[in-house]
Amino acid sequence: MIDGITSFLASDIRTATPILIAALGLVFSERAGIVNIGTEGLMLIGALMGVIGSLLSGSVLVGAIVAIAVTMFFSLVFAFFIITVRADQTVVGTAINIFASGLTITLNRVVFGVSTSVPKIDVFDRVAIPVLSKIPVIGEAFFNQSIPVYLAFLAVPAGWFVLQKTNIGLKLRAVGEHPKACDTVGINVLKTRYQAVLFSGLMAGLAGAFVSMGQLSFFTEGMVAGRGFMALAAVVFGNYTPVGVMFAALLFGAGEALQYRLQAANTGIPYQFLVMLPYLITVVAICMMTRRSNKPAASAVPYSKE
Amino acid sequence: MAFLEMKGVTKCFKSVTANCDVSLSVEKGEVHALLGENGAGKSTLMNILYGMYDQSEGEIFLNGNKVHIKDTKQAIELGIGMVHQHFMLIPALTVIENVILGLKENKMVLDLNIAAEKFKEMAKKYNMEIDPWTRVENLSVGQQQRLEILKALYRNAELLILDEPTAVLTPQEVVGLFDMVRKLTSEGHTVIFISHKLAEIMEICDRCTILRQGRVVATVAVKDVKNREELASLMVGKNVELVTRKKEATVGEEILKVEKLCAINQDKHPVLTDVTFSLHAGEILGICGVDGNGQSEMVKCITGLHKIKSGKYFIKSVECTHDTPKKVLKHKVAHIPEDRHRMGMIKNMNIEENLILMCYDQLPFSRHGILNWKWIDKHSEEICKTYNIKTPSIKEMAGNLSGGNQQKFVVGRELDRDPDLLIAVHPSRGLDIGATKYIQSRIVEERDKGTAVLLVSTELDELLELSDRILVMYRGKVMGIVDQKAATREYLGKLMAGITDI
Repeated sequence: MIDGITSFLASDIRTATPILIAALGLVFSERAGIVNIGTEGLMLIGALMGVIGSLLSGSVLVGAIVAIAVTMFFSLVFAFFIITVRADQTVVGTAINIFASGLTITLNRVVFGVSTSVPKIDVFDRVAIPVLSKIPVIGEAFFNQSIPVYLAFLAVPAGWFVLQKTNIGLKLRAVGEHPKACDTVGINVLKTRYQAVLFSGLMAGLAGAFVSMGQLSFFTEGMVAGRGFMALAAVVFGNYTPVGVMFAALLFGAGEALQYRLQAANTGIPYQFLVMLPYLITVVAICMMTRRSNKPAASAVPYSKE
Repeated sequence: MAFLEMKGVTKCFKSVTANCDVSLSVEKGEVHALLGENGAGKSTLMNILYGMYDQSEGEIFLNGNKVHIKDTKQAIELGIGMVHQHFMLIPALTVIENVILGLKENKMVLDLNIAAEKFKEMAKKYNMEIDPWTRVENLSVGQQQRLEILKALYRNAELLILDEPTAVLTPQEVVGLFDMVRKLTSEGHTVIFISHKLAEIMEICDRCTILRQGRVVATVAVKDVKNREELASLMVGKNVELVTRKKEATVGEEILKVEKLCAINQDKHPVLTDVTFSLHAGEILGICGVDGNGQSEMVKCITGLHKIKSGKYFIKSVECTHDTPKKVLKHKVAHIPEDRHRMGMIKNMNIEENLILMCYDQLPFSRHGILNWKWIDKHSEEICKTYNIKTPSIKEMAGNLSGGNQQKFVVGRELDRDPDLLIAVHPSRGLDIGATKYIQSRIVEERDKGTAVLLVSTELDELLELSDRILVMYRGKVMGIVDQKAATREYLGKLMAGITDI
């Protein structure tokens, strides 16, 4: 029983991690007034690029850096269209998702062929933290995880601090609420929004790399499977705060972890229904969440001076 | 040498010239008015000075040095501060966050406590109490304006531009603002005061530059100006009569009766509490109050656009409390709504289509669901002629007309239905003097014909001039109903601020 709890917690934290990483990035862009619906696609690109980078270099770190660099490049393209050209954020974001889906399928087949044998690559290994990982029940779950997991959870207080206590955080929040007012006090609205989008791209890249090299150890087509959208949902459910987002990610992650357990437990329920579970939880959670006090006033509204 | 000198400033937006060869000279320590009608180019000129727009041509000198202000950051560094007509505050942030937002000296990690100390000290100097830790959304409009001024002073502004600062204030708050302006100039600050309210300019300003259609008409010393009419004729370009004449009211039967009306808003807060009054044929009842004290909700309740929680209202003794807007209109109710762009017209439809929005399904406009365009054309032409609407044709998109002409066709559409009850909300908002006078005289005409008129306005002068009785609202309650002859600005002002023990 205790073992069951420990392994469920460990599994929840692992499944929550990619959602959390992406959602933390999204908190920043959403607060700056940008709804980055293309996160799903960016994560997918990150997942593939991580694997390619890791395969070619033999190092998971290089893989992660490649993933981040490429997703940041695509975020820059996204930012250009929605901030400079002032195109509709939903349309451009959807375009990124469709593009990413096609790009990753093509690249995957070009690079790896249609073989069934999976090359072995360097992935994120678990790093047990001395002493702490020996705590009963929770030690194994919380302190015997891979580096990105630790990073994700450390990024929660760090993100809160940046958002609430620093100059850039204040600017970000202000830009999402009332960009014109920011302009009148000399803040470069477009630059601030670019920074926010690039940061959310960075996090999406890392999140994608974790999906393919932390949870699994290779790339499969469409493997992000809605985690980008769940991250978007987590931002709303978490009321646009890093701490809220963490609980949302853990909840959505629990759905996935539970789904694995139930499949393994042989309950007799067709597995198709079990696979639905995390998505169902997300939908129900979002429907229940009607208080959105931190939603920025200028969300999804492009800014121009005249 | 003048403190600020703008020479030959020209600004074009695409094909429209907003400022043409404008020259302005402001002395240190004076209050300089910028007077002009809507669209005369006052705000554009000041936005250029504040770095929001780039001028197409022209030069700016500050203290004799030529400056090129390319963005607001630079304007702030040069000691220019601007309080915009629509406040540039972020409601979701705290006062102190708003104050320090975007400051150059901000460190990576903010120290709000030190900033709050400095801010409090400054606020005290100007006799203002604002809690630096409260969110701006909790402040009253008057407090927000003072915060805007303090925000500019915190940035060491020497030149303060106030864009229509009194538009949103009660008379008492205006007095407070003027005291502050006097204190600022006595300390050596310079103030540019944008307004189209002549009385205020006469009261507070030293000199006045008048703009008309983007050009400077004159700069006059206010003490040499004989009366308001003189300024008005400079602003409009011809002699204007500022008073709308009207004869004694002949009051008839009761048309509208409102009994203990209560309503709540989306957040379930009460917006109307026990509103009771009655309105008779042939009189104008003015509804007075600072914007957002329930006037808008009251009108929406009476026209079926807002749900009534409790209470009743009757039109010609028929209860209409839960009627749909369409049913209310059937009682010969005309409604000139508060925001013509959002409620009064459809910008992307042409004038004649806009003119039939209320009666498209009635004879002779249509028969069996087929519109009779021939008749509609003829009818629309007639309305345009009667109401003096200047448009190339009745097929012109409504959005392409000037504000005055848009309002005229809204008024025309409503009065054409020969109403028994006319509800006019801010009928002259954003209009120039000519259009304002025209619309006001039409409303008085309608009253003389025996229509009951409910007039909602935030302009005290308009209310005092047109109304027979004035009802004052404060926080959704009726503070009192005053006969026009007995009403003074001071008395109404106190009621508007919620003070009853007078």
